Amino acid sequence: MTALEDLKYTAEHEWVDADGDVATVGVTAYAAAQLGDIVYVDLPAVGDEVTAGQTVGELESTKSVGELFCPVSGEVVEVNEALSSSPEVVNSDPFGEGWLMRVRFTELPDLLDHDAYDALTGAA
Amino acid sequence: MSETPPEPAAAPQRSPLHDVHVEAGAAFTEFAGWSMPLRYSGDLAEHRAVRTAAGLFDLSHMAEIVVVGPEAPQALDAALLGEPSAMSVGQARYTLLLNEQGGVLDDLVVYRTGDDRYLVVANAANREVAATALEERAQGFDAVVQDETEEVGLLALQGPVALDVLLEAEGFAVEGDGDVTEAHFRERLAALGNYRFLAALWEGHPVLIARTGYTGERGYELYAAPSLLPRLWRALLELGAGSGVVPVGLAARDTLRLEAGMPLYGHELTESTLPHQAGLGRLVKPAKAADYPGRSAVEGASGGRVLIGLVAEGRRAARAGHPVLAGDREVGVVTSGVLSPTLGTPVAMAYVDQDAADADLAVDVRGTRLPVRTVPLPFYSRKA
Repeated sequence: MTALEDLKYTAEHEWVDADGDVATVGVTAYAAAQLGDIVYVDLPAVGDEVTAGQTVGELESTKSVGELFCPVSGEVVEVNEALSSSPEVVNSDPFGEGWLMRVRFTELPDLLDHDAYDALTGAA
Repeated sequence: MSETPPEPAAAPQRSPLHDVHVEAGAAFTEFAGWSMPLRYSGDLAEHRAVRTAAGLFDLSHMAEIVVVGPEAPQALDAALLGEPSAMSVGQARYTLLLNEQGGVLDDLVVYRTGDDRYLVVANAANREVAATALEERAQGFDAVVQDETEEVGLLALQGPVALDVLLEAEGFAVEGDGDVTEAHFRERLAALGNYRFLAALWEGHPVLIARTGYTGERGYELYAAPSLLPRLWRALLELGAGSGVVPVGLAARDTLRLEAGMPLYGHELTESTLPHQAGLGRLVKPAKAADYPGRSAVEGASGGRVLIGLVAEGRRAARAGHPVLAGDREVGVVTSGVLSPTLGTPVAMAYVDQDAADADLAVDVRGTRLPVRTVPLPFYSRKA
């Protein structure tokens, strides 16, 4: 797992961990906490072509529904199947076991670094 | 990912327990002009605590309206669907405030606190509407309507161990019946029936303890001066900690009431909902002597969409606003829905056309068809 300082972030509270041409995508601890207990995760299918900024899934808590925006364009090569039976992992380990999907990309868009994301969420 | 942002508004009012909640690490939400705790530890854990032990709620946002005077009973009979003049002192009743068309302006709990005195508890969002309507409808009667929301705080302790915790508490006495011993208080509290209340003192300060609530569990609501709340809150939490009592936020309050099939104003009840549509036809009293706004519209009323319970398989919940379908025909709309923490399956309340209530139904969940089954409400009832 990449250190949080080395991850890239979006203003929509996703994190992106790029390794070669594959980006692992999840939601930040801040986003998971804002949603509350996550009880259902809807993810795209492996093989789906996705576009940065597009809504590709949903995270539902008891209280609300959050949309998952895709931070990068490319092809979905893997999704976290374990979340269908254990969606609560997104709350308990958002940067680790709670990852959502892996996308093979050709170009990484401009994303926020750790400091910029912290500034956005008002963290110290 | 993103959520619909909350509506911006003026600085929200704070509960007298605000600092206590901050200390407990609560996340706050703005509700009806108040900043109130949304959750503490987590929605599911809080929900389960109420079903298995008990939860402590801060409900200081609720509106308390006092109606007092020799003709207070007549004034309320003329204002509300129910018949407060027929209540005995110490009794509470759930009733509705209607408009002339029979639509619901608010759902209320009325407590008869004296021969000439009532406490009317209204939803925070309907405080002005309820206070104004009661004031207008009390004109011509020898009765005064006072909005005392700022002077009255409210805690709720709800769940199977709620009574045990209150029985363990020290410093309570019954007010006004001559016996101020703790033993007498405990006897009276243990014998308190559902929708009954007790005028009590805690460390010499008035506390109205009512066996009412909004969770589907046995529980109590405690009305007291705002300045008393922080001490009372801490005392109850401390007493209950060993038996699993935790503070519970508004998020779990919503899932608890939904499982219990209880309506939430703005969702299951609106100005265009007639009582029978919401399954509240039993609140209409045809034998009531006094006339009241909406009477001609609600007596013998039938027709229109009706409130039903829906359950589904899987984990994806229907949510408020999702259309209900019979085949390709839209026959209704979901008013509340959630993945039930107690049952583990999606549950929802919806208004549907009466002729569609028995059809094979589905809910359009943002473009996905979710098959649902109609069930009687409530989804959850506590074991007797």
